[in-house]
Amino acid sequence: MTAHGKSWVLHGGVLALLFALFFVLPTYHSGQLSRIMVLAIYAMGFNILFGYTGLLSLGHAMFFAAGMYGFGLTVNLAGFPMPVAFLFAILVAAALALVAGGLALRTAGVSFMIVTLMFAQAAYLVVLYFGEYTRGDEGFVVAREGRMIAGIDLSTDAGRYFCAWVLFGVCFLALAKLIKLPFGKRLIAIRENEERARMLGYDTSRYKLMAFVTSGAVSGMAGATYGLLFGYVGASFAAVPYSIFPLLWVLLGGAGTTIGPLIGVFFMFYLIDISSGYTNAYMLIAGLVLVLLTLFAPQGLAGSLRQKVMPWLP
Amino acid sequence: MAAVSILETKGLTKIYGGLAANEDVDFVLARGKITALIGPNGAGKSTFVGMLSGRIEATRGQVFFEGRDISHLPAHKRIQLGLAYTFQITSVFPGLSVYDNVGLAAGRLLAGKPNLHAAKAAEVLARVGLTDRADQIASDLSYGHQRVLEIAMGLAQDPKLFILDEPTQGLAESEIADFMALIQGLAGDTTILLIEHNMRVVMEVADYITVLDGGRTLASGTPEEVRANAAVQAAYLGTGVDA
Amino acid sequence: MEFGPHLMLAALEGAVISAILVLTAMGLSIVFGVMRVVNVAHGEFFMLGAVLTWFVATTIGGHPALGFVAALLIAPVLVGCLAAFADRLILKRINYDPDRTIVATIGMLYIIQQTTLMTFGPEARPVPPPFNTRLSLPWFEWGEEGFALFWPWGLSITTYKLFVIAAAATVLVGLWVLLTKTKIGLIMRATQQDSETAQAFGVPVGRVYSWVFGLGAGLAALGAVLVVPIQQAHYLMGGDPLLLAFIVVIIGGLGSLPGTVIAALLIGMSDGIISVFFSPTLAKIIATLLVAMVLVFRPQGLLGKKPS
Repeated sequence: MTAHGKSWVLHGGVLALLFALFFVLPTYHSGQLSRIMVLAIYAMGFNILFGYTGLLSLGHAMFFAAGMYGFGLTVNLAGFPMPVAFLFAILVAAALALVAGGLALRTAGVSFMIVTLMFAQAAYLVVLYFGEYTRGDEGFVVAREGRMIAGIDLSTDAGRYFCAWVLFGVCFLALAKLIKLPFGKRLIAIRENEERARMLGYDTSRYKLMAFVTSGAVSGMAGATYGLLFGYVGASFAAVPYSIFPLLWVLLGGAGTTIGPLIGVFFMFYLIDISSGYTNAYMLIAGLVLVLLTLFAPQGLAGSLRQKVMPWLP
Repeated sequence: MAAVSILETKGLTKIYGGLAANEDVDFVLARGKITALIGPNGAGKSTFVGMLSGRIEATRGQVFFEGRDISHLPAHKRIQLGLAYTFQITSVFPGLSVYDNVGLAAGRLLAGKPNLHAAKAAEVLARVGLTDRADQIASDLSYGHQRVLEIAMGLAQDPKLFILDEPTQGLAESEIADFMALIQGLAGDTTILLIEHNMRVVMEVADYITVLDGGRTLASGTPEEVRANAAVQAAYLGTGVDA
Repeated sequence: MEFGPHLMLAALEGAVISAILVLTAMGLSIVFGVMRVVNVAHGEFFMLGAVLTWFVATTIGGHPALGFVAALLIAPVLVGCLAAFADRLILKRINYDPDRTIVATIGMLYIIQQTTLMTFGPEARPVPPPFNTRLSLPWFEWGEEGFALFWPWGLSITTYKLFVIAAAATVLVGLWVLLTKTKIGLIMRATQQDSETAQAFGVPVGRVYSWVFGLGAGLAALGAVLVVPIQQAHYLMGGDPLLLAFIVVIIGGLGSLPGTVIAALLIGMSDGIISVFFSPTLAKIIATLLVAMVLVFRPQGLLGKKPS
């Protein structure tokens, strides 16, 4: 089978497996899995920028939160119908990414990381500052009518799971397609050697901005989906740990692989889920995993697989 | 120079912290010919071609490409006009396959036409003899093959002007011979500007030679004219070319 | 209180903030300057210093001054050794690669913070200051009888806070002597200029890096020892100093030590003054965005020179 064929079998297989799991798993775990799929969308959005374009943002929580608040606030305060609010939320995140990216991309390397971190910090403080509407750390519950589509209640177990599955699947396949398109190849070229890409006539600044906006929009969509399916919007999703999580997931799963984000979220989610049963210091696990990954497995799980046994892995 | 020019510079100057790397260089490049840019280390050759390609911003002066003033165009725009540039220090996409490297080089013009694109990449790989290695990861190639890949990436762009910064550096004798044949096969359609230290290569392939010394043009002309030039002999060639 | 005395009070509070900040930021700046390492775990070394101070002070007991002096000696050294060990164990092995270093120090941040949570607990714990006499301060006015001094109610500072300012100034002078007048400083500067050449001239670059990383963390811990009698020890207290120190180092120009000192004074004073007069959240938003803009449009810092 060609690499192309294997890749589609893999992606189709993963989606089929996720579909079937709902009917096998107990309710608790299918609930967790729907959360994992939503967070994997976030990780995939982050991966576009970090894994494929080679830009490490430490401030992606601002886009996740932009989507989440863009959705939750318009549903609750402006009474937008659900699909409108959902699209609006993605637009808000994309617009924020256009501005933040336009500025941050004037820097590179360490400065880029710090600038994105600071923008996200400012965004988090903005959420707190407008506590009258956002209800700050306490957060708010998304109105029930904002969680229905065409008569389907998305707050039920099945509604939630399959909505997460559809949105995850769309992003998963779209990303797999994207990296095969010239646009995706050019992002990878920038990751590999930006100067060379520029000297092949590619406007690398424009491509980086496009990657940044795409990444921000997908992250924002993940945030809106989270608000939609779990009905809660809170400032903790805008805080620093939510900028670090996608990095952790993507590093663990394998940066620059399509399957990596899902694997990373899955393992990290259950690691933390299990350890939080024993201690309230469960972020210790996150710290340990980060350090161990940088020391021993910078390629992540899927990256190591690609290196050793499956060179065709996209 | 009698031939029609493709590129000219007027008063091109680069000053680094008070020191001039290039000063008032007036230069004319003949279309369809192979021109070699020579000069001792530190003569400002790389800075000069850097200013042509847009990698290095000129302190003052102008660059004209096909009659158009491109002095203020960013590098990628100049490349889009039909310049190609190979780096002195090998610069490929290390984590990508040889095929993808060449594909990216050809892709700017042909990305919308998958069939033409694939054909172009295959043709270029065949031309430089890398077809067998198309699936290898670029960083796994030997140094010589990486240099060849870099040249292939230039070819894949179908440039009007191909600038090569010390392409034969570190190549084996047989590879140099292949390179010379390749370059001579290109001339005519493509204009070639070559920075080169290997005098045998220069004398064999170049139609014209420009000598830079201390950031200024010392002499320009056919190899015979340059060889006969007293200033050049005094400054540079006396120690090398006839020996 | 009237505006004048109020402003003076704010300025004094600002000076105390500056004093702590200058030590923390110096640590970050030296590490970045010499090693080109952005240490995201820097705030946690600060927090460790504070927690160790509490631990030493409560273990020793007796007069507060006893525990304080002991902590002043023990905490920075212990934290410095821990940091040097972390450098050997982790950063050295990833060759100080910029991306991986950031990720690794983020990991270290959570390891230190969460281990503290598991052992020290989530409570904020106070440490009594070694001495704490309240000094009333005079203010002047032009009255009918000309110039007159008076003591407005509320305008005062404690002797301990004055001590903090003096102590920070002393450490700063010591640091300046260390960096400019001693062989250690020479070695550090040589490593900063060009680590490969330094290595060729027999400078043990690996060991210098460990020492520098330890020194940076030790400075943060020292700042924390001084701050604990004013602000309680808590496992999450590392976040704000980290952010402020980042701001200082960026404004001062990455890696520039004189720039760092001036910026620390600037930020500390304005933080003190702004937080007295404005909503702290809004002030933080504006400050954070301003600093990001400095990095975007003037990456050499406000005080740094433009590279030619």
